[in-house]
Amino acid sequence: MKAEEEVLEVDSGTLARTWDRIGRFLDSDIYYSFRQSPVTIFAFLVTLTLFLAAALAPWVAPHQTLDVKTLDLMNAFLPPAWEPDSDPQFLLGTDDQGRDIFSAIMFGLQISLGVGFASVVVSAVFGTLLGLLSGYVGGRLDSFIMRVADIQLTFPAILIALLIDGIVGSLLPKAAYNELKLYVLVLAIAASQWVNFARTVRGSTLVEKNKEYVQAARVIGVHPFWIMLRHVLPNVTGPVLVIATLSLALAILTEATLSFLGVGVPVTSPSLGTLIRIGQQYLFSGEWWMTIFPSLALVILVLAVNLLGDWLRDALNPKLR
Amino acid sequence: MFAFIVQRLLQAIVVMLSVAFVSFALFQFVGDPINNMVGQDATEEQRQMLRERLGLDQPWPLQFVSFVGNIARGEFGMSYRVGIPVGQLIADRLPATIELVLVSALLALAIGVPMGVYTGLNRNSWLSRLFLTVSLIGISLPTFVIGILLILIFGVWLQWLPTFGRAGVVDLGWWTTSFLTVDGWRSLIMPSITLALFQLTLIMRLVRAEMLEVLRTDYIKFARARGLKSRAVHFGHALKNTLVPVITITGLQIGSLLAFSIITETVFQWPGMGLLILQAIQFVDIPVMSSYLVLIAFLFVVINLVVDLLYFLVDPRLRIETSGGGAH
Amino acid sequence: MRKLAKKLMLMAVATALAGAAQAKTFRYATTGDVLGLDPHANNEGPTNTMKGNIYGKLVHRKADLSLEPDLATKWEKLDSTTWRFSLRQGVKFHNGNPFNADDVIFSWKRQTQESSDMSFALATVKEIRKVDDYTVDIITKGPDPILLLNMPIFYIVDKEWIEANNAFEVVRASGSTNFANVNTNGTGPFKLVEWVQDTRLVLEPNQDYWGKDQVQHNLTRVVFTPIANDATRVAALLSGEIDLMYPVPLQDVKRLENDANTLALQGPELRTIFLGFDQWRDESLDMPGTGKNPFKDKRVRQAFFQAININAIKRVVMRNAAAPTGLMIAPGINGFQDDMNDRAPYDPDAAKKLLAEAGYPNGFPVTFDCPNDRYVNDEEICTAVIPMLERVGIKVTANFQTKSKHFNKIGRAEKNNTSFFMLGWTPGSYDALNPLMQLMTTGKPGHGDWNCGQYHNPRVDALTEQIKTEMDDSKRNAMIREAFQIHKDDFGHIPLHQQALAWGVRSATVKSVIQRPFNDVDLRYVVMK
Repeated sequence: MKAEEEVLEVDSGTLARTWDRIGRFLDSDIYYSFRQSPVTIFAFLVTLTLFLAAALAPWVAPHQTLDVKTLDLMNAFLPPAWEPDSDPQFLLGTDDQGRDIFSAIMFGLQISLGVGFASVVVSAVFGTLLGLLSGYVGGRLDSFIMRVADIQLTFPAILIALLIDGIVGSLLPKAAYNELKLYVLVLAIAASQWVNFARTVRGSTLVEKNKEYVQAARVIGVHPFWIMLRHVLPNVTGPVLVIATLSLALAILTEATLSFLGVGVPVTSPSLGTLIRIGQQYLFSGEWWMTIFPSLALVILVLAVNLLGDWLRDALNPKLR
Repeated sequence: MFAFIVQRLLQAIVVMLSVAFVSFALFQFVGDPINNMVGQDATEEQRQMLRERLGLDQPWPLQFVSFVGNIARGEFGMSYRVGIPVGQLIADRLPATIELVLVSALLALAIGVPMGVYTGLNRNSWLSRLFLTVSLIGISLPTFVIGILLILIFGVWLQWLPTFGRAGVVDLGWWTTSFLTVDGWRSLIMPSITLALFQLTLIMRLVRAEMLEVLRTDYIKFARARGLKSRAVHFGHALKNTLVPVITITGLQIGSLLAFSIITETVFQWPGMGLLILQAIQFVDIPVMSSYLVLIAFLFVVINLVVDLLYFLVDPRLRIETSGGGAH
Repeated sequence: MRKLAKKLMLMAVATALAGAAQAKTFRYATTGDVLGLDPHANNEGPTNTMKGNIYGKLVHRKADLSLEPDLATKWEKLDSTTWRFSLRQGVKFHNGNPFNADDVIFSWKRQTQESSDMSFALATVKEIRKVDDYTVDIITKGPDPILLLNMPIFYIVDKEWIEANNAFEVVRASGSTNFANVNTNGTGPFKLVEWVQDTRLVLEPNQDYWGKDQVQHNLTRVVFTPIANDATRVAALLSGEIDLMYPVPLQDVKRLENDANTLALQGPELRTIFLGFDQWRDESLDMPGTGKNPFKDKRVRQAFFQAININAIKRVVMRNAAAPTGLMIAPGINGFQDDMNDRAPYDPDAAKKLLAEAGYPNGFPVTFDCPNDRYVNDEEICTAVIPMLERVGIKVTANFQTKSKHFNKIGRAEKNNTSFFMLGWTPGSYDALNPLMQLMTTGKPGHGDWNCGQYHNPRVDALTEQIKTEMDDSKRNAMIREAFQIHKDDFGHIPLHQQALAWGVRSATVKSVIQRPFNDVDLRYVVMK
């Protein structure tokens, strides 16, 4: 009984603190700068819409394109609804398998956003940590990490993916392997991108660590871990954010290439990148909607995320206010 | 300094060995070259014989050892796909890729840095916003789509530029170059733009980000206070300070340009290393793949060495640590 | 520097020729480069054709697949195992050496060494005996009804030239340079000017060609360029940088037809695309623990067959550029049975019923192995098949990969690690025996290398043995009929279609070109405007 009460108490305490935090956030400079920038608000809304479209696809999408039973080859290559010879139930037309492009984009976003964000986060976290260590500690550790980075960079993402896929495939039973395919993809893409973060952060760290404030912190005996986290890290977030937001597009497109090699999501549940890869074969023959709409979705996503990233970068930087 | 360089080159050997080792572990998962090398009518015995002759029946650690042994003797093996010595193949292809990457990198720098400076200085101008937005559209389309769109517009509709290949090549004996003829430059235009696009956007945004930071530092404020002209402040002081990350990224991007060139070269049938490695992967051409990877590893170590040396030149505060010891 | 001088000289030669007759340079492209120029090393379609432009054979296969004299002027059967060939006199190799019977015997020895991938073509030859300088006897190990069909891929090299360059051994990617792989010396209508891998291969007409007076082509120079990317290849043709290219992606055929300067040339190909099932494992790979393999039941195989709407695939995926087939061989292949080429009808309800009768009313899971860079629209065909099977209750997992991994998985390298797969086949000899041996029988050397599901029927095995040596055409044909009928009744495979060839031709520059069903450009038949 007593223990339960304690738990409850703790909970209400956390809750109060959370509310407090939200209140503080609404009062904060960050929120203020957010409200002041219509572009940012717009970008935020677009990103939110895309996220919602992806998350709610199974309930909102007009066609359940993931259920292959519903696909009819006779519906293939229909143009968008406003063109002649179209079918009004397919707003943006259909692809080569009779898939509704509009619904396919929503389901494709699901996969692409998942894989894209996950791999960018994984690579950014690992890359930044290793870059900080490498730049701050220096010496043998620096040499070691940077040489590993060299080895890593040597291998095109395609080969890395084949390697990871091969190892995972041979270690796991078939059923488990099929379930883990998405994680293999994330790992493979992240593996091909962490170096970008690590090397950039290392470069900036080398500059920061010789600045007076860092040296001052060191003199008064602050633990190196805290120096890195509190003093060096905030100063390298700019480049990290730039790379992270740009990497998103790259990750989504890498996923498409890998799907072609048989590593990754199968063509029966196409990602955004896969839709573009398949659609581009029909650029010359006039079925433009198969490439243009998925590409447009990707362009809008990348644009919105980068605009948000730009704003966040500026807003988080105390020197810019 | 000299000791530093020597140490780095020693590390390069370790890196190259590691790369070769990983490569051979990896080849187990790329597929079996035998099916690509023989026709459908070859008998199982013939396949087995070829497998033995190429040493593919050996466990991969042994294949790795014999590869290293051969390389030490200067033998890179022979391509499974076209039956040409790998050394000769790579020597033929290297100039095409290096020239393409060089032009792309210069293009990205020559356009990306000024645009980054401009957008950093004029944060809120509409032109800055336009630059930032348009450059993003360029990178969110896949390379192959951009390449094909360029081909469609400038090659097929307008017929201004050749759609494929590396024309107008002059053979200097040890190097082939497309820099000496008009045709050579014409065929360079589309592939180099396609390849430069991502790096251009990245460099522009990084320069902008750094400019914004540097402009707010006391150091710049002080320079202004001293009454220096804003030109001098911007370019003499501010830009110089943004260079460390830009150099890192440029160095790094030369590497990823090499990697990206795989797709660009395939779209434009550019006879370089990217096309070679892609075809090698598709064919499971093990000698080409392993030699390519080892060579690229070497290039990376050299590029990073140059980058580290450049840090030293640009920012004398950075002391290059030649040996262990860690933080002071 | 020497290279440069050589190039300048070649340019001078080219200009001189242009002065004599109007220069006709023919530029063409396909997806990949030739695998090498050693006539006896590789066995690959485009490579074989390029070898055929440079090297002479005893017999040449014409555009209509019939045979015509090349280096042999006439041939006759002396007894059931002996053929006598009279050789053409006064023929010179490109380097000026004369051609005679010794070259034929030497070429036979070179092509039949174990490392040659072309050795299969002469597998039945026991010996080639010299009668005189211009007559040879080919003696086969047993009666061989299809010896002549293999003669167009028996390439004749110059004995003196090979020996002088120490190139007898066919070297395949194992260390030293293979001289014959990058240098050529044939008797064919074209000779090699230069080969820059993956960039260009340049040919010029052989001025001393024995058949110079009767050649159809009017070319003065030929440039072959590999262009890997489909869209780029189409663009190069549209922009006029090349005169011919293949294959045209099916969706772009209309575009080429609509362009005033280009046209699309379509025709049937000899390759049959089919699906196959694992019929030998006691337990399906996809159903571990059940102890069942549904594909052992003929009704299940028939259900799969009838669940596939081949006409929809033909119309939509292949854009009508395919001929649905009920047989494992194409029209034009020796042994094709026109009246047997019908298919069990598309009928999903019947398929469901068959599955229920076989004990799978709720279907079962299966992994579908498919290549995505080998055949025309292979990935698209497989993707289209999945919903059709799902609708009769089968749960399909797609496993589409590049050909290097696909063939490895379904082939012998991984012990036919597949339950359900796609494969395509063109009989190299243009005879039904080859698919019978490779696809429909198993268990003996030379049999069933690509019978990935290990289809097996003792009667088909027995018939195949007889077909190998039966010299009487009508008896042999009856045996082929019977074997095919059994396989068909067994639903041993699901033949889908013969894919169509699609070439893009620049009608503004090319006057005529002949498309042979094996999808390659025989330069003998190219006429420019």
